[in-house]
Parts: sequence; C-alpha cells; structure tokens
Amino acid sequence: MSAELDSLYQEIILDHYKNPHHKGLRGDPSSAGVAEVHHVNPTCGDEVTLRVHLTDGPEGRIVEDVSYDAVGCSISQASTSVMADLVIGKPVDEAMSVHQTFLELMQGKGQVEPDEEVLEDGIAFAGVAKFPARVKCALLSWMAWKDATAQAQSDSAPTGGVTHD
Amino acid sequence: MDGLLPDLDVIRKDFPILERTLAGGVPLVYLDSANTSQKPQVVIDTMVDHLERHNANIARAMHQLGAESTEAYEGARDKVAAFLNAPSRNEVVFTKNATEALNLLARTIELGPGDNVVITEMEHHSNIVSWQLACERSGAELRWFGLTDEGELDLADADQLVDENTKVLAFTWVSNMLGTINPVTDLVERARAFGALSVIDASQAAPQLPIDVQAVGCDFLVFTGHKVCGPTGIGVLWGREELLNALPPFHGGGEMIETVTMARSTYAKVPHRFEAGTPPIVEAVGLGCAVDYLGHIGLQAIHAHEQAITAYALEGLQSVPGLRVMGPLDATRRGGAISFELDGVHPHDIAQVLDSRGVAVRAGHHCARPAHARFGVQSSTRMSSYLYTTPAEIDALVEGLHHTRSYFKVG
Repeated sequence: MSAELDSLYQEIILDHYKNPHHKGLRGDPSSAGVAEVHHVNPTCGDEVTLRVHLTDGPEGRIVEDVSYDAVGCSISQASTSVMADLVIGKPVDEAMSVHQTFLELMQGKGQVEPDEEVLEDGIAFAGVAKFPARVKCALLSWMAWKDATAQAQSDSAPTGGVTHD
Repeated sequence: MDGLLPDLDVIRKDFPILERTLAGGVPLVYLDSANTSQKPQVVIDTMVDHLERHNANIARAMHQLGAESTEAYEGARDKVAAFLNAPSRNEVVFTKNATEALNLLARTIELGPGDNVVITEMEHHSNIVSWQLACERSGAELRWFGLTDEGELDLADADQLVDENTKVLAFTWVSNMLGTINPVTDLVERARAFGALSVIDASQAAPQLPIDVQAVGCDFLVFTGHKVCGPTGIGVLWGREELLNALPPFHGGGEMIETVTMARSTYAKVPHRFEAGTPPIVEAVGLGCAVDYLGHIGLQAIHAHEQAITAYALEGLQSVPGLRVMGPLDATRRGGAISFELDGVHPHDIAQVLDSRGVAVRAGHHCARPAHARFGVQSSTRMSSYLYTTPAEIDALVEGLHHTRSYFKVG
C-alpha cells in the first residue's frame, strides 16, 4: 500500500509543495499581452488565480512570466510550481507542446512513459495518472495556464517588455 | 463503552461490504456514512427478490405482477409514513432524492416581490441554490441565519430575519459538515408565528434521530433514501396533506393527472400529484425495507450508538497535534459527522493517505461551501460514523492521522 502511495507522492512533488516556485501574482493584469484567469475544481474547491505575461520574441511570442495565487492539495500546488518552471521563458508554441505532453501523461492511466527531456520535474506526476480522482488536481493550473495564454494571445499585440514589480 | 449497540457484531454481519478488503489486503474502515450509508443484506435481498419475482409497472398493469408490484411500492409508502409518524400515508411523496424534493418545493411554493425566504449558512447546497433560484425567478429576498464560532445557528438577529413577509423558513435538522443539531421545534414555531412555511432538510437527521413530524410540527420535511441504508435514486418529500394539495404540479406526465384533454388537464391529489411518470419502484421497495430495518433496531438505540462513537471520536481526534474540529465539541449536541482540519496537510492528501490504509473519509467542501467559508477554510476532511461503526475503527482513523502527519513530515 505504501509503495502505491509513494508513487503518488514523489519527493519532487513534496519538495515543490513545501517550496513552490514563482508563487505570488506579479505585474499588471491590465497591461497588453497579460491575461489573468481564475479556475476552480468544483468537486473539491481547489482554486488558482493565474496570470500570464507574453512578450514578442525574435521568432514569435514568448512566455515572459507566469505568476499565481493558489490554494489546494499537494498535487495541485506542486503541479502549478512545476508548470511555471517549465513554461516560463519558452516560446508559446513550445510551451503549448509541453502542455500537450503533460496532458497525455495525465490522461494515460499510468500507461504512458514520461519523457524527462520535455517534462523535467513533471515526470514525478506519472504516478498521479494511476489515481483518477487526483488527475484533475494535477491539471488545474495547466488548464488555467492554457486558458490565460489563449486570452493573452488574442489580446492586442504586446508593446514590448512587461515591467515586473 | 456506554451507549454502543449491544449486538454490534451481529449488526455488522448484516452489512456484507464491511467484510471487504481493499488494495494491499487491508480491511475496509468505512467512515463516510454521511455521504452514503452501506446497505444491509435484507435491503439488497428485498430489491433482488422484487426484480426477480414481482417486477412490473405499478398502478397501470392489469395483471398479477402489476398488482404485486403496486402493493410493494405502496407498502413502502406505508413504511415511510410510519418511520416519520405521518398522520396520513398520502403525505409521503417519493422523489429521486432530497435535492429533488427541495427543488419541488422551491419551484411550487408561490413567492413574489416583497416576500422573503430565510435559510441558514450551514445548509447543504441543495437547500441554498434551490432557494436562490426561486428568489431570482420571483423577486423574493433571500435571507439567512449566520453561525456562531462554535458552529451553532446564531439566533441573535432572528427577530430581524423572520418577519411577516417571510414565506418560507428552510433549514437543516443536522448539519452535514458541522454535525450541529438545530433547535427544530423552536424554528418551526418561529415560522408559524409569522405564517411562514417551515421546510426541514432531514437528510442527515433521518439516519440517526427518531423523526416525528407531528411532534416537530413542521409543514414539510425531506430526506434521502441512500443515507438511511436504502438505495440511491429514491428520496422522500413529506408535507401536510392540505398544503401539498394546494401546491401547483411540479412535473407533468402520467399518473399525476385526473383527466387530460388536448387543451388542458386536471391533476390528481397527493401523493400521485407529484409522482409523474414511472417512479423508482424497486428503489422505493428497498427504502421501505431499510426504514423497517432501522425501526427494528430502534432509532433511539442508533442515536445513542452514534453519540457514544462521536464522543469517542472527538476525544481521539483531539489527541492529534494540529488538528482542529469544526462544529460543536459536545457529542450530545451533534450528529455523527465530524469535519476537521490538520495543520500542514490538505484534506485531499489526508484522505489519500487514509485510503491507502483502508480508511474511507470524505475530503472537500461536502456541498457546504458557505459553511466552510464561515470558518475560513476552503475544504475539510470529514469522518462520519453509523450504526455499524466500532471504536476500533475510530482508533484506525486516529492512528492513520498520526501516520499522515509523519508521512508529510509535519511537526
């Protein structure tokens, strides 16, 4: 029983839970290229307010920053932290592809071999896919990020670098 | 331990699922009965027997099976009427669940601008949202009783809340989150004093307290079948016969009519008035058997058992460092559902670790988000006992919580 549990609660997950990266909302949500969303998991009440800042790079838009306030379980909090690590600094297209890879891992019922090259710390969530009730926890902030990014993209073109507080 | 059901071992044998083991061979410790209760063999057998030997539609089949099925279904109504001490069997309306029964009332009780509906902050979402919708439709005002820090209804401003414009006072008998037992007769009297209809959500009370609608004096009372050892898919609306017959129909269809022409119809009296279409027949039969089963053991005895287990659980839970129980700490003032927080560990994670040890609890907001917000939390972990719960199972929960703290390296 405890091996099953340990496959869910990998050390990496517990580390991110205790010390989440990029936490706290930054920047001005009304700036161009910035979008903020609020997502909830209605079955458990977990919530995330997530802000995405996009800037123009030489080959398209780049995820300049992801900042958030979130309340929830260890899986949802760690997943948010790992997600922010993975997408910040990446071109939007590449970040979307990482999102897709993570989604496939989560929906794979534990049958998908995680790609460490792409997902880095995200491979720790492979065990979560075996617990259907927890998949939503892991995906909450990823879905919020995708939503916010889509909104920021449809926003008027950013006027250059976003000023950080 | 005083108060425990004397033949607890025998009672446990009535519930085949309690023999189950889970992943890793651990025995089941089921502490989620406020969510849904387990089913005794007699209920399972009664439902199987009905489907195997007596299945037919009711009230419209002119053959022997139809007569048997109708008799079983209407027999269940008699059993529920006895369970509630209802003055008339016609006052027992079968619904899909308690939620549907509350929505039926919120849809059919006439409200308008200037009227108000009073609920409480400790209601289940079904007794909040249904009235929010009714008030949005009608222009009536929604008001509610707040809660004290101890998790009881704050009656300090009762005189301002309930007034001559109050049409409905709807409240839970026992809170599904805080466990609080509310002063139902006082609230019913307050409603009556202002000519308001009283609606009691007895979903958590029916499993564990003797219910006598005549003694309580309420106008309407609802509960659900699956929390009283019956099946899912069946609930009960009880109401005073003259009040029910004065309400407009809810669902239109077969069985709820007197005559139908293409232009208009006239409607049957209760209970059929509110039982349009083929009802959940075998579910009603199962519910009838379940309330008989509880009646045989005795609701007073079940209540005493729940109080003994709850007192033992409150004591055990408070031995866990960093644990805070929400709701009354006096077992005599609460039901068998205990929600709590544990410093440094989210309810989901608590439930997951407990589940790996076979201990089934609920984590989340338990469909009572406002009550959680009142106590400044987003979610909680809830253990809930029932007539088959043993002190050893409470020990398993408490040990599991100590283990959870060490697993997450808290403290």
